[in-house]
Amino acid sequence: MPQVAARPQYPTDHPSVPVRFAVGERVRVRKTYPLGHIRTPYYIRGHSGVIERYCGNFPVPEELAQMRSGLPAQPLYRVRFLQREVWPDYHGRADDVIEVEIFQHWLEAVKT
Amino acid sequence: MSQRGKQDELGEYRPLSYFQLMEVSLRELLVEKGIVSDAEVQATLEDMRARGPDTGARVVARAWVDADFKARLLENGTRACEAFGLDVPALRLVVVENTPQVHNVIVCTLCSCYPRMLLGLPPDWYKSSHYRSRVVREPRAVLAEFGLRLPDAVQLRVHDSTADMRYLVLPMRPAGTAGWSEARLASIVTRDCMIGVAVPESSGSE
Repeated sequence: MPQVAARPQYPTDHPSVPVRFAVGERVRVRKTYPLGHIRTPYYIRGHSGVIERYCGNFPVPEELAQMRSGLPAQPLYRVRFLQREVWPDYHGRADDVIEVEIFQHWLEAVKT
Repeated sequence: MSQRGKQDELGEYRPLSYFQLMEVSLRELLVEKGIVSDAEVQATLEDMRARGPDTGARVVARAWVDADFKARLLENGTRACEAFGLDVPALRLVVVENTPQVHNVIVCTLCSCYPRMLLGLPPDWYKSSHYRSRVVREPRAVLAEFGLRLPDAVQLRVHDSTADMRYLVLPMRPAGTAGWSEARLASIVTRDCMIGVAVPESSGSE
């Protein structure tokens, strides 16, 4: 059972959207390709992983890049992905992982 | 090296590269518009040049000798560094701990995010597209090229610094360092150990 992401590692006082995901919850990165300055790497889009921690609420980088406020802030998570699921020909251990910071608006819940 | 130094001293003319020209243009515009002053730019450059991996090494050495500090560092890296007396503006630090079961390595695939407040400026290879693309795709091969052959029994965690957090690897204290002073311990903690492409060696110190 996922634990509840009770508190962020780095609290901020930005006006923010509500926190949707709990630590341990399974999420998928949206597979979408908008233009502009994006902090979600291509290689991780469409892959699913598990919330490792809730970092805090931060202004949206796509908005900041357009000289806007980036508010309301979005929760930022560290998401843990199995390397073998990201790279089908991965050569290391089956439990090797890659952890990536992903903003909430890039994540969707995975029905389990 | 000395040849090069001499040429620089004589003021050898080199046209600005594209990115140098961009930097000068942007900086002059910001100064002209009163957003920053020349003095602030200079002070920031001096501050960045003064920062180096010795600061990070002191943090690691303290964590090796003080279990409470280590616990606080893993809980909230920034607060622990501040309590340690370090000035780490704008840093939100995530410290990831190497154990006999887990090895960690840091990358920024999108640009060159790096814990500059603790390690100074990143090395050129950290910013190269080769490192950035390969260390996520085939991290064990990349570590082997750095001379670090990770045993099959060890799980590897790659950390991609894509947003607001910055990462520091807390390496394992090597055997053969019992009774060492904190300063001597810090002397074997290299920059590469804190990125995760190397591990500290006790034989590296006298």
